[in-house]
Amino acid sequence: MNGSKHRVIVVGGGLAGLAASVRIAEAGLPVDIFSIVPVKRSHSVCAQGGINACNEVARQQGYSEYEHFDESIYGGDFLAHQPPVYEMAHWAPKIIDLLDRMGVPFNRTNEGQRDLRLFGGSLYKRTHFAGATTGQQVLYALDEQTRRYAAEGKVTKYEHWEFLWPIIADDGACRGIVAQDLRTMQIRAFRADAVVMATGGNGLIFGQSTNSVMCTGGAASRCYQAGAKYANGEFIQVHPTAIPGADKLRLMSESARGEGGRVWVPAIKGPSGGWTRHPDPARDPRQIPASERYYFLEERYPKYGNIVPRDIATREIFNICMEGLGVAGGNMVYLDLTHLGREYIERKLLGIIEIYRKFVGEDPAEVPMKIFPGVHYTMGGLWTTYTPKPDLKGMTLGAPNSMMCSVPGLYAFGEVNYQYHGANRLGANALLSCIFDGLFCGLGVANAVRDAKRLASDEPQALYDRAAEQENAKQRRLVEGKGDQNPYQIAREMGAEMTAASTVVKSGPRLEQALAKIAELRDRAARISLADTGMWTNQNLSFARATADMLTLADAILRGGLERRESRGSHYRTDFPERNDAEFLATTVAQCNPDGTSRIAFEPVPKGIVEPRKRTYGKKDDAPASKPADAPKAPALALAAT
Amino acid sequence: MPTATPNAPTSSRSRTVRFAIVRCDGPGKPERTELFDVPVEPGANIISCLQWIAANPVTIEGVRTTPPTWDSGCLEEVCGSCTMNINGRVRQACSALIDAVSPSTTPPGPGGATITLEPMRKFPVVRDLCVDRARFFRNLERIKAWVPVDGTYSLGAGPTESPDHQATRYALSTCMTCGCCLEACPQFLREDKPEAWDTSFVGAAVISQAVLFNDHPTGATLKPQRLDVLSGPGGVNDCGNSQNCVKVCPKEIPLTESIGAAGRQVTVHAVKKFFSGR
Ligand SMILES: Cc1cc2nc3c(=O)[nH]c(=O)nc-3n(C[C@H](O)[C@H](O)[C@H](O)COP(=O)(O)OP(=O)(O)OC[C@H]3O[C@@H](n4cnc5c(N)ncnc54)[C@H](O)[C@@H]3O)c2cc1C
Ligand code: SF4
Ligand code: SF4
Ligand code: FES
Repeated sequence: MNGSKHRVIVVGGGLAGLAASVRIAEAGLPVDIFSIVPVKRSHSVCAQGGINACNEVARQQGYSEYEHFDESIYGGDFLAHQPPVYEMAHWAPKIIDLLDRMGVPFNRTNEGQRDLRLFGGSLYKRTHFAGATTGQQVLYALDEQTRRYAAEGKVTKYEHWEFLWPIIADDGACRGIVAQDLRTMQIRAFRADAVVMATGGNGLIFGQSTNSVMCTGGAASRCYQAGAKYANGEFIQVHPTAIPGADKLRLMSESARGEGGRVWVPAIKGPSGGWTRHPDPARDPRQIPASERYYFLEERYPKYGNIVPRDIATREIFNICMEGLGVAGGNMVYLDLTHLGREYIERKLLGIIEIYRKFVGEDPAEVPMKIFPGVHYTMGGLWTTYTPKPDLKGMTLGAPNSMMCSVPGLYAFGEVNYQYHGANRLGANALLSCIFDGLFCGLGVANAVRDAKRLASDEPQALYDRAAEQENAKQRRLVEGKGDQNPYQIAREMGAEMTAASTVVKSGPRLEQALAKIAELRDRAARISLADTGMWTNQNLSFARATADMLTLADAILRGGLERRESRGSHYRTDFPERNDAEFLATTVAQCNPDGTSRIAFEPVPKGIVEPRKRTYGKKDDAPASKPADAPKAPALALAAT
Repeated sequence: MPTATPNAPTSSRSRTVRFAIVRCDGPGKPERTELFDVPVEPGANIISCLQWIAANPVTIEGVRTTPPTWDSGCLEEVCGSCTMNINGRVRQACSALIDAVSPSTTPPGPGGATITLEPMRKFPVVRDLCVDRARFFRNLERIKAWVPVDGTYSLGAGPTESPDHQATRYALSTCMTCGCCLEACPQFLREDKPEAWDTSFVGAAVISQAVLFNDHPTGATLKPQRLDVLSGPGGVNDCGNSQNCVKVCPKEIPLTESIGAAGRQVTVHAVKKFFSGR
């Protein structure tokens, strides 16, 4: 191994992993980054809309870091722990400044100040953006800083390497990982005094999503199987506005609505004020007069209108389609930018309208876009802890347990961490939480390693040899498997089932049914035979392995949803439509049984500085924020008519 | 992940398209071409077809083969992973819609269209359609493609910037290291030996990145070192001005303008160096 005494491994080179690497290297510790793809190609490049922070303009209109904190807690339906969110909101302006110094080309005002836009869940402009490819630009800035540290020999990148398993020593602490070179297929054990998981979300469990192809959640699942707790798995964000596609659902950023985009369907207003089906719902939208357009979000939520948070917008769109009011009677609504004018649209939203032009072949400046909800973000993740300040206003900087998993020495940063977003993430808070984890908690990791009594270099070689051999043995079983099952078919069935049972609307019986299906798929996954058994760049093997791991996580997601007998944020149960703070103001904590099923416990959310209040977003009839129809028969998500 | 199977519901416009995929089992192994017939739905792209083939790896002769190997990530043309030659033209597979690449509705067979997929030829093949672009990343390191900030501490905002200047930098900053411009460049030649990378042509994207960082107030502190690289062997003088690069860049980055700017900066740099006796 390397001559240096300490070593930190960061698994994942998205925003969270790179921010952590930069911070830990800056603190003087050598870092090894492992990533399936070259870090510059990580999923974070997909983020379009922007990154939130209090700023001077908003501040002078009455906004503050406290407001940002409060909005995020309210947006997350009070499920998030408050000290981390409080700290993050207060760091946000500093993070924007830092990115600015690193050269991120944030959009500018005439005076050269950073421009701002409106985003869901806020009445203030507090979202900073770089065109419509903010994630790409921010990731590149951190990639560049990482390259600088790599050139100085302080960071070593293992790109095209896949994390397979955390190595846990006899004192229960994580002191390394097993990883595989995806070209030579060599499996190796690596020592480390701390391991930071920054492996992102798990959209692929739902088949089609807005996520990149590596977002399987496989890495998180392996930590979970190795004993780490998994929290709030049932909270999956379904984004209201995606364009259906054969291979993925492509996102139309919330910025489209933040910049003035309006959501509507063709409909006829009855004498009593109610809306009914349009006689010709497939008519060219440009020919439909204003009086026959139902702007249902604006009408139902006069205060927030089109920028209600995602869970609410998604359920409203879903219900409109279930009521048969969708475009052409199908599963689609219009997202209309045409009134904004081409010049404005191209200046503010070029990146996303190009996606629409490229993949749909129509120009959003001319014709309203056709959109439908798609699985988007993983609020749940590896369970983590932290040190709150005594007054609960923030976390202690440099605390060695900052975002540490239930396995000591193992950390979870970014989307794979369950903190910050509670039951529903606000748009443009994810980039922030990823970078905040890396910078703020990275220091904690460095401190933990410096103060550690026992180091990876003290561990016997046998620990590492055994761990590598275990992975080799698993792989041999997979390669030698002679069963009748195709991993792609299993993944397809899992995706369809998860989307149907565990996204916008759920119910106890449907979740039970899905658990049975997952159990069947788990059985079948034990009988996979590979179409490729070679030992060179074998993607078939990697996919098959990830499929089994996805099934394990799927069980935790479903069982969490089943046991949570209430509705909160993104989790809506038709059989328990109300929020129930008495029983479920609590984190869902899943632990893995040896057979791959999960057991669930609830851990009360610690008291914070704001009390839970009703979450209505000023809905007109003052009913709970959404009243979905009964559980639909068909899985409507991802099946929108094209 | 595959999303279409032979028994998936087909719409009236669905059809079958033939793919000819250039296969190679690994570095130094011989190449072969395999043919596949793929049922294609409206809106399908090259990646969704590759996913279908991976799930059903059987050639038109009915021979079971290994699933083809390819790189992909975002599936929305922003990560740069999936670059390959499609019908002889270098581009991203994820944004190549089948109806645009092969509008012919004639079924496969005599007279029917075939979509040919080949790996990029300017980089060593890893397997099938995957190539190794490490040289590209190495060159970004050589030209110090970063802003040398003082650290991650809270030190206030960066410099203010006019909207025009932001627009110029943003355009260059959308480069996703995809390699199209290198594949199309007559001056950028395949070089498998890492020892030779530091003296071989860096190519348009890297020149453009140097211009991007030279154009940032803090980034400019490394301008002399960047120009040392660009004025050396494999630098901007190796460009023959054929302008192929700019024609294939999916992000429409003004590469020839960057090359022009770099050329001017290199000249000024040489004059400065001459007078300072460096
Ligand atoms: C289309 C889209 C648009 C979005 N827009 C916004 C937005 O505007 N604002 C906002 O705040 N958020 C947005 N988000 C959310 C945000 O982009 C993500 O939450 C965030 O980028 C996640 O970053 P990360 O660092 O946690 O993980 P990722 O960027 O997903 O990176 C994960 C890393 O882990 C590596 N990895 C994974 N598994 C393994 C393994 N087994 N072994 C080794 N390496 C592994 C990968 O290679 C990768 O490097 C958007 C998300 C999507 C899908
Ligand atoms: S202009 Fe220069 S860099 Fe571009 S293709 Fe021609 S030779 Fe290559
Ligand atoms: S300059 Fe354009 S073609 Fe070249 S690597 Fe960048 S994005 Fe690709
Ligand atoms: S998969 Fe990212 S560019 Fe094609």
